[in-house]
Amino acid sequence: MGGLLSYFRNLLGNREMRILILGLDGAGKTTILYRLQVGEVVTTIPTIGFNVEQVTYKNLKFQVWDLGGQTSIRPYWRCYYSNTDAIIYVVDSADRDRIGISKDELILMLQEEELQGAILVVLANKQDMAGCLSVAEVHQALGLDALKNRTFQIFKTSATKGEGLDQAMDWLSNALQSRK
Amino acid sequence: MIAFKRDKKEEEDGGGNPFQNLEKTTVLQEARTFNNTPVNPRKCAHILTKILYLLNQGEQLGTMEATEAFFAMTKLFQSRDVILRRLVYLGIKELSSLAEDVIIVTSSLTKDMTGKEDLYRAAAIRALCTITDGSMLAAIERYMKQAIVDRSPAVSSAALVSSLHLTSVSGDVARRWANEAQEALNSSNVMVQYHALGVLYQARKTDKHAVIKLVAKLMKTSPKSPYAACMLIRMAYKLLDEVDEGEELIGFIESCLRHKSEMVVYEAAHALVNLGRSGAREIGPAISVLQLFCGSPKPALRFAAVRTLNKVAMSHPAAVTACNLDLENLITDSNRSIATLAITTLLKTGAESSVDRLMKQIATFVSEISDEFKVVVVQAIRALCQKFPRKHAVLMNFLSAMLRDEGGLEYKAAIADTIIAVMEGNAEAKEAGLAHLCEFIEDCEHISLAVRILHLLGQEGPTSKQPSRYIRFIYNRVILESASVRAAAVTALARFAAACPPLLPNVLVLLSRCQLDSDDEVRDRAAYYCTILQQQNDPTMLPLVQPPALSVPSLERALRNYMQTPMEELFDISQIPPAQTIEEPAQVEVHTTIKQPRLTREESFMEKLSQIPHLAIIIRDTSLLKSSSVFELTESETEYNVKCIKHTFPEYLILQFDCINTLSDQLLEDVVVAVEPSEGYSVVCVVPCSRLPYNEPGTTYTVLKYPEDVHASVATIPTTLRFMARDCDPTTGIPDADQGYHDEYMLEDLEVTLADQVRGVGNRGFDFNTAWDTYAAKGFVKLEETFALGASVTSLEGAIQSLTGFLGLEAVERSNKVQSGAAAHNLLLSGVFRGGKEVLARARLALNGTQVTMQLSVLCQDPDVADLIVLSVG
Repeated sequence: MGGLLSYFRNLLGNREMRILILGLDGAGKTTILYRLQVGEVVTTIPTIGFNVEQVTYKNLKFQVWDLGGQTSIRPYWRCYYSNTDAIIYVVDSADRDRIGISKDELILMLQEEELQGAILVVLANKQDMAGCLSVAEVHQALGLDALKNRTFQIFKTSATKGEGLDQAMDWLSNALQSRK
Repeated sequence: MIAFKRDKKEEEDGGGNPFQNLEKTTVLQEARTFNNTPVNPRKCAHILTKILYLLNQGEQLGTMEATEAFFAMTKLFQSRDVILRRLVYLGIKELSSLAEDVIIVTSSLTKDMTGKEDLYRAAAIRALCTITDGSMLAAIERYMKQAIVDRSPAVSSAALVSSLHLTSVSGDVARRWANEAQEALNSSNVMVQYHALGVLYQARKTDKHAVIKLVAKLMKTSPKSPYAACMLIRMAYKLLDEVDEGEELIGFIESCLRHKSEMVVYEAAHALVNLGRSGAREIGPAISVLQLFCGSPKPALRFAAVRTLNKVAMSHPAAVTACNLDLENLITDSNRSIATLAITTLLKTGAESSVDRLMKQIATFVSEISDEFKVVVVQAIRALCQKFPRKHAVLMNFLSAMLRDEGGLEYKAAIADTIIAVMEGNAEAKEAGLAHLCEFIEDCEHISLAVRILHLLGQEGPTSKQPSRYIRFIYNRVILESASVRAAAVTALARFAAACPPLLPNVLVLLSRCQLDSDDEVRDRAAYYCTILQQQNDPTMLPLVQPPALSVPSLERALRNYMQTPMEELFDISQIPPAQTIEEPAQVEVHTTIKQPRLTREESFMEKLSQIPHLAIIIRDTSLLKSSSVFELTESETEYNVKCIKHTFPEYLILQFDCINTLSDQLLEDVVVAVEPSEGYSVVCVVPCSRLPYNEPGTTYTVLKYPEDVHASVATIPTTLRFMARDCDPTTGIPDADQGYHDEYMLEDLEVTLADQVRGVGNRGFDFNTAWDTYAAKGFVKLEETFALGASVTSLEGAIQSLTGFLGLEAVERSNKVQSGAAAHNLLLSGVFRGGKEVLARARLALNGTQVTMQLSVLCQDPDVADLIVLSVG
């Protein structure tokens, strides 16, 4: 019975997709979350813990978890991995110093058993900042070339200006629907 | 009882508590459901309720379990079900102290407390504050300040109360948020105003002047909220306790008697009557208000009024007399608690003539009230006995009737205590009291109480008019009771035999029968007493029937030392300090496991001193006679703080100096206290304190040898603190590299007094007069002198107090209690001077107006000691 019901829900596009937004602190995760939810730039403070919101994008419902990126909070990411459909990994393109750390965290995360089936979207954020890395450079720096067996795509975004987010969400929606 | 019945009935019905048989592991297993998406709010709410139920039933969760449940619970934030979210807040609060890493919900709670959903906000604030520690405080500070001044009263109140709770995390929270609290104080909501005042008080409470200012300001406007008004009255009341003036404060409290809220009126009346300085004039209006409340239709108000009157009746019985009529009406109150308090108040204020009538009235309902209130009644009767000694017959009869009723141990013990107290205070009541107690132990289910009464019979019975009549009661216990009661009975019997020679042969027969008892302790005691009593001709043996309660660890140590000597001299038992008497009446534990004997103050010092190598050599074979109380050699608030304790050994005086360095920029090294001993004293050794960092206590010792001449032992010794000072960094405490410099600091003089060298022995358990005669016969020296005591002593009690304090001797045979109104008194004192020299002293005190004269006789084996004692009084 339950199975049948969820089958219909899927057809109607009602099943909530579970998405995690991860990345180092200050990458812009919370800003992206609320940009997606309310379409505005809100003032944020460093996230201690997590924010969870329901986001509707083109008739698709997502349940989006924005997990804090501070060093002290990263260990708790794993508590929220199970049943995740997609990961949005946000990178601060202007933070050249820590791109290496960002890469390490990404690799560590992708090794997790619970995330093997999850689709990955990398957002090279803060593209509006002068002197930032280009998408190709971010692609390179994160070592995405070596990624195998993973549906993924990288986008250049600016959360504060609202650029690039729609493309990323379009791609993600299609990827999630075609996966079924 | 009712609850129990209901439970049983429900069990039969098959209904009952749905959470009754919850099992922790099962529930925690179920909690994994929280991780499922999508969340099923109803199911999760039910499981969360179970967890909360278990926690509130006292179920213990391990850190792992709690953390796992907590993190599972955080997943529920994805649901927007209001009920579930509020349960999550409760769960966070409950688990915040058990689980680790609870800060993970900080962002989510901050969002809820600032969000649009009003149902979330207050609860989120409360939950947030339970997970916030010192390091996270800064992150939420801005939101808390906003919440305090929020328009919604619920949010504002929650934030204010949470800031009070947060003071345990960070002390100055209340001060940092005081501006916001000040704004909240103007709120029109009664609760917000009250809570804001609480925070403002918390912010100022260590600064008396700030509190005075706050109260003065608020007094003018008088808060609208009755809760805040009550709090203001309490603050004013507390201030009145601390400051000397305060006419305005009293005026304010009095004006509150006319407040329109009953709560405030009661609070004001309560404050006025409890104020230490209140005279009849001040409490008059308050009493009238309480009197009015006595006729209120609200039981809570009647109860509050009569309870307060009951307390005031102790301090101002005359003022309460005005309410007697109203109180009489309350005797028949349907609420038994009110009736009991009313009647006990009447007992306190009533005249002698009304006692009989009141007692009759109590008797009608005493069986209907709970034990707790019965104890209140008993205490009132006790006070009554002291007030009207002539009424003891009526009261005793009443008490004995109460003793026969059903009741718990606490209640029965209270009655027994009262009877004993009455007997002690009133010789006439003794016979009747003993008779009642005898009757009671005939049918007493409480072993501890029976043992206590038997002990009392053994003590008081032999001196009564007809000692023989008690023997039967006591021996009945031997036949009928459990082992511990039998043992107590055997001891009581032996005391009768020791004190009343005519009874000796009969008791010996009884005791010899007891030697066949099945219990070891009873047999041992019987055999012990038989042996002693059979040597009746030797009066020195008799104290052994009632041996002094010696401190067991000291006795053991002394015996061990004695075994190392050739054992040519007799063992001197008078060296052993008495056991510390523990003030726990009615708690006589009979059937407990053997506890480590409690160490006396001297014994614990002895242990401590023995651990210091230099001292251990000196004190190895001796015992500590007495440790003085702590006294300060410096003024408070000086650079260095030095306290001294004098430990007296037979030949040595160990001075223990506890030092504290209050300079944060100095480290002291090699700290010693240099003494300039007066003639006859010699310094044996000095144990320096090698390091004395800022604010850490350190101890240095100086050992003196007492002079040969006891007269020289009472001396004044100048002292100086000597040390090597090194400057250091105040924050780290690490000293600078340079060498430091020698410095010294003058301390106050140290007095070695007679009392330091004498240990009082109050509970020897001997008959003073017999001992006096025996010692005199042994050739002890007796000195006698008459004194007129100084102007500072104006009463017999005062004379006794200063004399015992001065001589260090202790009163025996309860001779330190003066009968009220007596003009003359005999004080009997006993003690041991260092070196095991026994001292007995008898002081005949006479009061003439406010002048006390005293004839002091001292008996001691050492004439010099006797001389010193007499001299030091003069």
